[in-house]
Amino acid sequence: MSYTMDALSSTLLPVGLMGYVAGAVAGLLFLRRERLANLFSFGCAALAALCGVFSCAHALATGAAGARQSFELFPSLIPYVRFSIRPDALGCFFGMIVSLLGLALSIYSLGYARGYYGRKSVGVLGAFFNLLLLATTLVFLADHALFFLIAWEIMALSAYCLVSFEHEREETRNAGVLFFVMSHIGTGCLILGFLLLFQASGSYDFDSFHALGDKMPASQRNAVFLLFLFGFGVKAGMVPLHIWLPAAHPVAPSNVSALMSGVLIKTGIYGITRVCFDFLGTPPNWWGVTVLTLGTISAVLGVLFALMEHDLKRLLAYHSIENIGIILMGLGATLMFLHTGHPALASLALIAGLYHTINHAVFKALLFLGAGAVLHATHTRNMEEMGGLAKRMPWTALFFLVGAVAISALPPLNGFISEWLTYQSLLQGFGTTTSLIRLMFPLSGVMLALTGALAAACFVKAFGITFLAQPRSDHARHAHEAPFTMLLGQGVLTAACVFLGLFPTVFLKVFDPLTHQLTGQQLSQQLTVTNGLVLAGNVSTTWSGTVSTLGILLIGLSLLTVPFALWLFLARSARTRIAPTWDCGLRGLTPHMEYTATGFSKPIRMIFKTLFRPRREVQREYDFLPYFATTIRFESHVEEVFLTRLYRPLNEWVLRVSRRLRALQAGSIQAYLSYIFVTLLALLLFAL
Amino acid sequence: MNLDPLAIVLQTLLLLLLAPLLSGGIKNWKAKLQNRRGPRPWQVYFDLAKFLRKDMVISEHASWVFAFAPYVVFLTALVAGLMVPMLNLPAPLSLFGGVLAVVGLLALGRFFLALGGLDPASAFGGMGSSREMTISAIAEPALMLGIFAVAITAGSTDLSQIAQSTQGATWKLLNPAHVLAFAALFIVLLAETGRIPVDNPATHLELTMIHEAMLLEYSGRYLALMEWGASIKQLVLMTLLVNVFFPVGLAGPQASAAALGLSLLAYLAKLLALSAAVVVVETTNAKLRLFRVPDLLSASFVLATLALLSTFLFH
Repeated sequence: MSYTMDALSSTLLPVGLMGYVAGAVAGLLFLRRERLANLFSFGCAALAALCGVFSCAHALATGAAGARQSFELFPSLIPYVRFSIRPDALGCFFGMIVSLLGLALSIYSLGYARGYYGRKSVGVLGAFFNLLLLATTLVFLADHALFFLIAWEIMALSAYCLVSFEHEREETRNAGVLFFVMSHIGTGCLILGFLLLFQASGSYDFDSFHALGDKMPASQRNAVFLLFLFGFGVKAGMVPLHIWLPAAHPVAPSNVSALMSGVLIKTGIYGITRVCFDFLGTPPNWWGVTVLTLGTISAVLGVLFALMEHDLKRLLAYHSIENIGIILMGLGATLMFLHTGHPALASLALIAGLYHTINHAVFKALLFLGAGAVLHATHTRNMEEMGGLAKRMPWTALFFLVGAVAISALPPLNGFISEWLTYQSLLQGFGTTTSLIRLMFPLSGVMLALTGALAAACFVKAFGITFLAQPRSDHARHAHEAPFTMLLGQGVLTAACVFLGLFPTVFLKVFDPLTHQLTGQQLSQQLTVTNGLVLAGNVSTTWSGTVSTLGILLIGLSLLTVPFALWLFLARSARTRIAPTWDCGLRGLTPHMEYTATGFSKPIRMIFKTLFRPRREVQREYDFLPYFATTIRFESHVEEVFLTRLYRPLNEWVLRVSRRLRALQAGSIQAYLSYIFVTLLALLLFAL
Repeated sequence: MNLDPLAIVLQTLLLLLLAPLLSGGIKNWKAKLQNRRGPRPWQVYFDLAKFLRKDMVISEHASWVFAFAPYVVFLTALVAGLMVPMLNLPAPLSLFGGVLAVVGLLALGRFFLALGGLDPASAFGGMGSSREMTISAIAEPALMLGIFAVAITAGSTDLSQIAQSTQGATWKLLNPAHVLAFAALFIVLLAETGRIPVDNPATHLELTMIHEAMLLEYSGRYLALMEWGASIKQLVLMTLLVNVFFPVGLAGPQASAAALGLSLLAYLAKLLALSAAVVVVETTNAKLRLFRVPDLLSASFVLATLALLSTFLFH
């Protein structure tokens, strides 16, 4: 039975891939029939994603993923390229993430795309959406370096087309180009990295790369590591390579933003995991230190920049940088533990990082969908024009609140679980070495705590300013709840958040084949105590620490008897009156008197002013005394340090150098022929 | 390890009953030290009973979040309290979470408290929320680092285990890591419970309020839950400090009634000593300007870092 089930689940995977193809074709076929295009392209995507979820989850749960062999998807006509895929545990794990999100997002898109009827081509949106899902799935499953790069490139290009979907606005076009350029700089590094691996193994198959690092000379291995870290780091949005992310994610349609923040940047995490733990063998110490440091910096800076935003989608985009940082902290710790020879602890840190990967995918997509519903209803991304939406869009508000609690790493939801695991692995890391390096573990743990607290502040702001209090504009006043399909999409992700938060011990089984493949350990038994109700965080007997979010929730609910009893005995006759806000006796409260998003984050802006370099301009016109201003104009800016201090000078330098080099391009054909000749000679000499 | 329902009920009652008394006691002592008579220590019980009986007025702008927040604040403080050992080891819910869960639960309560402050659309509430979240964000690293220093020494994030390891070797009370971490966490305690020099619980000026500003629009039953929740949170944090750093007198598992009584006496004595310290600090200091608070908290952070470094030196 289990064999046939496995056969079923492994045939479902290609079926799912074909589903994406069908969805893309349907989108292009019905270019002029937008209703049909919407129904067929997103419907196909939803079914295909469902196949993907089932086959990947089944393969992981039964452990079948451990034994999977590589097979060719279709025969290749090009030499050197094999279109082979191998759904192993790591690939299946990421495949499950992309499929789960694909399912929720496709359902959501059925409603969201209606907003484009008559304005934009829904068929094109659907086609590229399917193509992006297809390419991303193939990136996770590809078993051949060149096939991987082809899928990677299709993914980048379809993402570019989706980012530039609303290309009428200049902001969108600029963001698209920035994404395109950054993405290809990254791809360049990946190509170089794979060529170095090819040089060492003589083949492009991923099988031949397995544990290749141990056979490579140290310098070459380090070069490969750095190239891949840079290449995948660009895609993941790691600081300082993140600048494209807050530009590109907000301008895309919201379903695409969710896909990009939820899955696309995870391809970078997948790449780093695959290369570091599958290809490169036992790492030297500085790799882990580098990744942990970069992760910590990304986490703190990401959340700090997010706090300064009042554009809801940009705020969420900056939070992606933060969460990528948290994931990288887990991966960095894993590298350090592998170096010191603690495979069990390494597996724990790897589980923490990958658990956060799926958590972030789920809650960030949920938040982007919520932001999309808000955008759909109010036609603005500016939080200062929102407010009072909890009454007008109750379901969206509830889903967004769940996402906000989850991303702020608060119990009992899923963000808390993965950060708890990260804390546990970092604290246990202190005992793995006696060198000064070990101070890094608690210190990055502390930065994680700072990140979590700032994220909570940021989401009090994001939820409070957007959904609570009085509407600040007419758009917000006349907002309406999103259609059913959009709510259903959010509901699926909300359920996933709750499941991953309350039942971590059930989900942990998924990691067994994965850690077995990468570190040779299986921890789910060890991390589950008391009949699977409680999650333990220790991999050795010298450490202890347990948590149970389900237990916390149940105890909390049963303690509800206390307020209930108080009400029963004391307050049954008390009445509730709805009245204007008291506000210490002030009368006539208007939306202008409410706290704004900018005002909310002002204390943080002041405390971290060396980073933000806030600038403000106030112009006031008054009649006879400055206290009685007739008009006030207020402007406030924070500096985007990386843009002004790193990228702009770099850009200017590149332009300067290119101006010099232009002398070579004289326009005379003889000169060009001589260049070709000299190059040829040089290459021939080099070959000798 | 199993859950002991009796222990859970007992500790819940202790938390519910002791917390208002502690707040009242601190208020009373503070008044005495300032040559006033002050309210009786048990006045807070009467206040809470009064609030519970009163009708409620709810802002017309408020949504369901406003009504949801008091329950979250109250329950999170209570559940967090069950994870901290009060009279005997282990704490009733130590299996369900250690110090990370305590910090997380209190943060969850704060999250909803701040949302409750924003919901009625008054500027004072928003200001309170903004400041509360800022101060808690910069207090968090010091809090966590202080905790990490003792957790790493004890080899556990479980508070009962940490207390046990401190209890096991008496000289550990004078371990520099413990002393420094205690100093750091004392400053965090002042910030987290809204005490001078960070916040003034007795202020009448809306513009200087932090915690009180978020409660301005609450009345009746909800206000009672909010106030009670805040005093339970204070009790939880103070218990954490006294019982983790000075676990003298903590009874072991399956202690007899007599042993529990002794343990209660020791616990009360320790709480009173800590409250006295809080009262002295509150009376001898002025409230800091908001943007000087980060300096105070960074001092706490430095103390916690030194605690961690001393762990490094002594192990």
